[in-house]
Amino acid sequence: MSVTREQVAKIASLARIKVDEGDLDHFVPEFNAILGFVEQLSEVDTSSVEPMTAVIEQKLRLRDDVIDADPLTGGGKQAEVLANAPVAEHGFFGVPKVIE
Amino acid sequence: MSDLTLLGVKAIRDGVAAGDFTAREVAEAFNANVAAASELNAFIVTTPEHALAAADAVDAKRAAGEELGVMAGVPIGMKDLFATRGVQTTAASAILEGFKPEYESTVSQKLWDAGAGMLGKLNLDQFAMGSSNETSHFGNVANPWKANDGSNNVLAPGGSSGGSSAAVAARLAPAATGTDTGGSIRQPAAFTGISGIKPTYGRCSRWGIVAFASSLDQAGPMARSVEDCAVMLGAMAGFDPKDSTSLDAPVPDWAGALNADLRGKKVGIPKEYRMDGTDAEILASWDDGIAWLKDAGAEVVDVSLPHTKYALPAYYIVAPAEASSNLARYDGVRYGLRDLPEGAGLQDMYAATRAAGFGPEVKRRIMLGTYVLSAGFYDAYYTQAMKVRTLIQRDFNDAFGECDVILAPTTPTAAFPLGDKLDDPLAMYLNDVFSVPASLAGLPAMSVPSRLNAKGLPLGLQLVGKAMDEQMVLNAGLAIEQRAGFDAAPGKWW
Amino acid sequence: MSNYRIEGATGTWEVVIGLEVHAQVTSNAKLFSGASTQFGAEPNSQVSLVDAAMPGMLPVPNRECIRQAVRTGMAIEAQINAWSRFDRKNYFYADLPQGYQISQLYHPLVGEGQLTIEADEKAGIPEDKVIRIERIHVEQDAGKLMHDQHPTMSYVDLNRTGVALMEIVSRPDMTSPAEAGAYIRKLRAILRYVGSCDGNMEEGSMRADVNVSVRKVGDTELGTRTETKNVNSVRFVMQAIEHEVRRQIDVLEDGGQIVQETRLFDPNTGTTRSMRSKEDAHDYRYFPDPDLLPLELDQDFLDECRASLPELPDAKRARYTGELGLTDYNARELTAEVETFARFETLLAETAKALGKPEAKVATPVANWSLSVAPGVIKALGDEGDMANATPARQAAILKMQDAGEISGGQAKEIFEIVLKTGREPDEIAETDGLKQVSDTGAIEEAIAAIMAANEDKVADYRGGKDKLFGFFVGQTMKAMQGKANPAVVNQLLKDKLG
Ligand SMILES: [Mg+2]
Ligand SMILES: [Zn+2]
Repeated sequence: MSVTREQVAKIASLARIKVDEGDLDHFVPEFNAILGFVEQLSEVDTSSVEPMTAVIEQKLRLRDDVIDADPLTGGGKQAEVLANAPVAEHGFFGVPKVIE
Repeated sequence: MSDLTLLGVKAIRDGVAAGDFTAREVAEAFNANVAAASELNAFIVTTPEHALAAADAVDAKRAAGEELGVMAGVPIGMKDLFATRGVQTTAASAILEGFKPEYESTVSQKLWDAGAGMLGKLNLDQFAMGSSNETSHFGNVANPWKANDGSNNVLAPGGSSGGSSAAVAARLAPAATGTDTGGSIRQPAAFTGISGIKPTYGRCSRWGIVAFASSLDQAGPMARSVEDCAVMLGAMAGFDPKDSTSLDAPVPDWAGALNADLRGKKVGIPKEYRMDGTDAEILASWDDGIAWLKDAGAEVVDVSLPHTKYALPAYYIVAPAEASSNLARYDGVRYGLRDLPEGAGLQDMYAATRAAGFGPEVKRRIMLGTYVLSAGFYDAYYTQAMKVRTLIQRDFNDAFGECDVILAPTTPTAAFPLGDKLDDPLAMYLNDVFSVPASLAGLPAMSVPSRLNAKGLPLGLQLVGKAMDEQMVLNAGLAIEQRAGFDAAPGKWW
Repeated sequence: MSNYRIEGATGTWEVVIGLEVHAQVTSNAKLFSGASTQFGAEPNSQVSLVDAAMPGMLPVPNRECIRQAVRTGMAIEAQINAWSRFDRKNYFYADLPQGYQISQLYHPLVGEGQLTIEADEKAGIPEDKVIRIERIHVEQDAGKLMHDQHPTMSYVDLNRTGVALMEIVSRPDMTSPAEAGAYIRKLRAILRYVGSCDGNMEEGSMRADVNVSVRKVGDTELGTRTETKNVNSVRFVMQAIEHEVRRQIDVLEDGGQIVQETRLFDPNTGTTRSMRSKEDAHDYRYFPDPDLLPLELDQDFLDECRASLPELPDAKRARYTGELGLTDYNARELTAEVETFARFETLLAETAKALGKPEAKVATPVANWSLSVAPGVIKALGDEGDMANATPARQAAILKMQDAGEISGGQAKEIFEIVLKTGREPDEIAETDGLKQVSDTGAIEEAIAAIMAANEDKVADYRGGKDKLFGFFVGQTMKAMQGKANPAVVNQLLKDKLG
């Protein structure tokens, strides 16, 4: 299967990566080379195979419903959460105005 | 005093503990080497003060007669994929330039708790995507090794842990952390003549490590001996309740149980790894390895891993798919780069920020991952790849019915010159052809140096073990190390 | 079948409605982090590094959120999937820090279930109707955007980010706004009974995505539907449906086509409009979250969930009419809200104990007291009363005196009023304030004798067969006794005297 310029442009838009015409010139052939390579997977008969769900067999652990049990994953961290923000005002992150 | 920077992890730790030298002396010596090696570009930032502070703390503890940790007095390099509190953490990407986390990754914290100090943050392929360290926003890393053919090319140190491999090979650090998604510890270790182990998936917590592909990423140590790897892995591994995929299992004393006597053990040789066109010297190195393991008492058996050829294509679906989602958080809202063109709305800001912040390889993989997950393609690509992954795991399970450890080359070639494969992504991907299968199956795997090739460049041998059986991998690695007698070091040119 | 039909210019239309209700799970901490779910006034104060999607952060699920979703599934008689998985739903928005929502698409925690909405003749629901529920899955809530704080920026608050939601997806089984309203009310009652969601729609604890399509009566194919997002009250859901139905019929009758799209409800105008921000067709690229293993629930966990389920609305209503002998109306009213039945059952137990009678024997007066008498007094008093004074013990004491004939219904109300105002004990009020019926036959006989003497003509008429005059004598006697005579005693004595 190969992809067109338009498809690559659409994928880029879906991935929220701005690409210009020049980018497309090299992305499209690279993309098709990689897709051509991964295409060989289709020759494997997997009709009786389940997709892998866990790399190493183990069960999902569940956490107790306790607030801030571990400070590393707890709340009350407004300063830390905002510390690296490009725009933070009045305790909020700022983004260009969104019209819903 | 002899050159402390020639010492490895265990030698430094034991020397500090015995009072042969102080941790500060060690840190100062390595800081000096780091400062003098900017030409290698192994570090994105250096943190000499961190190394000194940790050393002073160890010296003070020793003076007070307190018990010292297993990494006490050992300054290390930290791959810049691990979040380090207050120290810039970038994943070698412009999109995270200037990002100073307010948290410390579990693995780095464990190392500091064990008495290690940090020399700096090591360069890598951007978001760990690459096999040559040429995708970093902060420039290429140079392999300290050069071919003896007079070409004087600067070679790739491997990737993605290329800063780690270069730093350890060049004696800028006795050891460094690496991460391995499809071979990113083993391949650079092989390219630079050092050892490195990727443990069983889940052994080392992923909490605080910038994610590339969650179901594959594993941290591990890179050092100049198998024993040093065992010591450091012991400090890095362990259950972490903050990571849902962390293994809730005790950490064995791998270093203490090291044993190169392989009598009664079986070593599997996978026939599918003898691929057409594989470098003759790589095959010769493999034969050496077989002979050495026999010499160590192991029985060598042929095994089959029939789906080997599908590992790389499956990997190049699964890893980009996970990455496309994992990297969606880099959007210019909460941290990192923001590119807001005049008059841009929110979605335009995302697209501009990500265009400016991600390098070409990262974009390529995000887009590939986006494509294989998109409507109409998900089953054909992603689901099929995850089914093939099941088959690859099954192959290993079957093989381990007949052997205790698998021996194979780490890479299909020795280190290549920087720039050689830059415009051919597929050729670059083929570098990982021997390392990816173990990653897909979550198995422990290590690379140890075997010999120099005709050009004087190091080659590596790979050992793959059963899940949770790092000990067997390390023991076989030790048996090879003892017999290979690999003591070559790159000549200093930087 | 619903009789909801819309006459259009080209014929008669019917409506097909499905609802996706997002219910916030009651828990202390968020679904995948330890941050509190209590929304502080401070923006971004209840946010962990995990919720803010800092690099390298990982999710670990909260057992209580899973437990509550399982209990909810059990309450709607649904299939519980002991093996489920979390998937990532990928899209870019400023309220979604990870760039994906952790949700469940391929293997939800809860499968097929159902609930029954009750017949409501007035609302056009002629008989009880079963609404099928396709699934319940667990997912993360998003953050909040504020658009009116800054001229050129929207502000992002992540306090809600990562709070656990249950998405409860119905089948398109509803055919009128009334059925949709009844469905949400019933669902809300079940969630509140179970305790898995506080059901507070105003505060956003429950929001509905409303899927509506129309078709001509007799058509078997479904029309193209629209989805109106995040409607947050029963009334608004019904309004949104009415508007969508009208709009869709107008479009179709004008020869147009319905666009499958996401719409927004405007509560100020009662209308819906296309959502600009969701205009571009979404491709969510769902795939299993590789940070999380499959969720496998063991039998002990499931057993505990089932054992901890309370009596649910339908069962409770059946018991109220069956065992307690309440009317359908009373049973329905008392079981509609958790607070209502809780108050009723406490008072019922207290009263039965005080009277030394089985609950079934006192249920009807307690129900009447709970549904009409007490609320009437409370309402009339307004701010003057303090509900804290109305303890079950005091109310039971009033009901006991009334049962024993010591006080009249009127006196009961008066005493309750004083209780609410002062917190004094009913027995003491009855005694001190003279709010007791006189059952002393002597005093009543005296009054009757005087009345009979003063109304000899009426006595003669009564004895001559004018039975209706009995009421006159009762009235006169009660008046003479200043309303404090026990009516039963008065009746008996009058019958004796008048012959
Ligand atoms: Mg929805
Ligand atoms: Zn939802």
